[in-house]
Amino acid sequence: MFSGLREKVGQVLVPGDEFCLEIPETLSLSEPMKPEKVLLGPGLKRKGDRKLLVVKSGVLRHKQPHVFWVENQQRRYVPARGETVIGIITVKSGDVFKVDVGGSEQASLSYLAFEGATKRNRPNVQVGDLVFAQFSVANQHMEPELVCVDSAGRANGMGVFGAGGLLFSVSLGLIRRLLRPRSDVLSDLQKLLPCELVVGMNGRLWARASSVQQTLVVSNLLQSCDTMSPPQRQQLFRRAAQGAL
Amino acid sequence: MSPPSPRSRSMEVCARTNVTLREFGCEQTLLSRPDGSASFVQGDTSVMAAVYGPAEVKVSKEIYDRATLEVLIQPKVGLPSVRERSQEQCVRETCEASLLLTLHPRSSLTLILQLIHDDGSRLSCFLNAACMALMDAGLPMNCLFCGVTCAINADSEIITDPTAAQEKESRALMTFAIDSKEQRVMMSYTTGSFSVHELQQCIAVSQKASENIFQFYRDSVRRRYSKNL
Repeated sequence: MFSGLREKVGQVLVPGDEFCLEIPETLSLSEPMKPEKVLLGPGLKRKGDRKLLVVKSGVLRHKQPHVFWVENQQRRYVPARGETVIGIITVKSGDVFKVDVGGSEQASLSYLAFEGATKRNRPNVQVGDLVFAQFSVANQHMEPELVCVDSAGRANGMGVFGAGGLLFSVSLGLIRRLLRPRSDVLSDLQKLLPCELVVGMNGRLWARASSVQQTLVVSNLLQSCDTMSPPQRQQLFRRAAQGAL
Repeated sequence: MSPPSPRSRSMEVCARTNVTLREFGCEQTLLSRPDGSASFVQGDTSVMAAVYGPAEVKVSKEIYDRATLEVLIQPKVGLPSVRERSQEQCVRETCEASLLLTLHPRSSLTLILQLIHDDGSRLSCFLNAACMALMDAGLPMNCLFCGVTCAINADSEIITDPTAAQEKESRALMTFAIDSKEQRVMMSYTTGSFSVHELQQCIAVSQKASENIFQFYRDSVRRRYSKNL
């Protein structure tokens, strides 16, 4: 359908590039027309009836069978439904907490959205706590809402955390590389130092290793390997392993 | 025989004139704190741009269905004056036309442009740096834009991308913002006296020059994403 789209996978696109729907020249009356579906991810928008518009600069990626998106390197997070993020509680007012997730507005988190919370049994959350939560509502029209339970009511790793570790920011590209199924950055880090890592898709990372010095080493390594190619990163990790850092 | 229409005449001029732009260069993501940053150099004129957004906005400035774009231009020395305010308005109107502001209602986008050195074609350098910084920040845009400055000197010759000395001797100075999809004029800022025919010639020359600039944008973005991370 969008034949130009498949050809450009892996190429760098800039905003303003358009792709047109191609209409077959002859329509067969005997065979049924197979409807072809295309799922658009970030960076691609539908324009009118027959055109696709590229709205961000980056590399066009494709996942079988029909998902296309533009991968870019940006630092600013925009809330999206279903993403797990690290938030900081800023206000505790009545039944709702306000959480800073690094977006354009603060998200709201209800006190009932924790595992085992009832009106009598309130969760122990204070202002300034770190919380790992998921967006249940996140679009441009409404205030974003977070929950610390999944659809079955279980915490599943979400909730308040953070004693004894360090929170720092990295770019969204590095977060995506860490969350890949077989991430090289993560495996290189695991070989180097055992540490506990919480990855928030809003660009925030929380790390805790066995000592304060090792925690600082982990945070410095991750912040500096943001823009490094794999050979440079492996060299950096090797130097850290030898104790040069 | 009727005289040739102005449009065909300006196209002849285009085919004949060699559009010469000074050497330009740019760098993206050079600042660590802003969400997007870029520096653009045209000859000796150099500008640095930084973008913050989409971020929180004051309730007095928020717009219910669009993002609020604020542009700040800092001159090389001194405080911003009326001239900077009028240039800010030109840059802001161009950016608002090319950004998809409805995707981020009730948020603020701030664009800060710092003039590092001025050797002519200041407004077009601001526009080019702004476009690269907005791309670097990952803000959704429906087209790219670029700025081209033309000067008409005493001999009625059109000079593109004039230096400060050429600007001083010119009798008319025009800056156009051109979009990347159909090469149309998005914004124009003119001073001096010129005829309608000369205006159309300058627009045609600017549209031709914009092709070089858009190709340069594409090449720099390609080089930036060529590193296999």
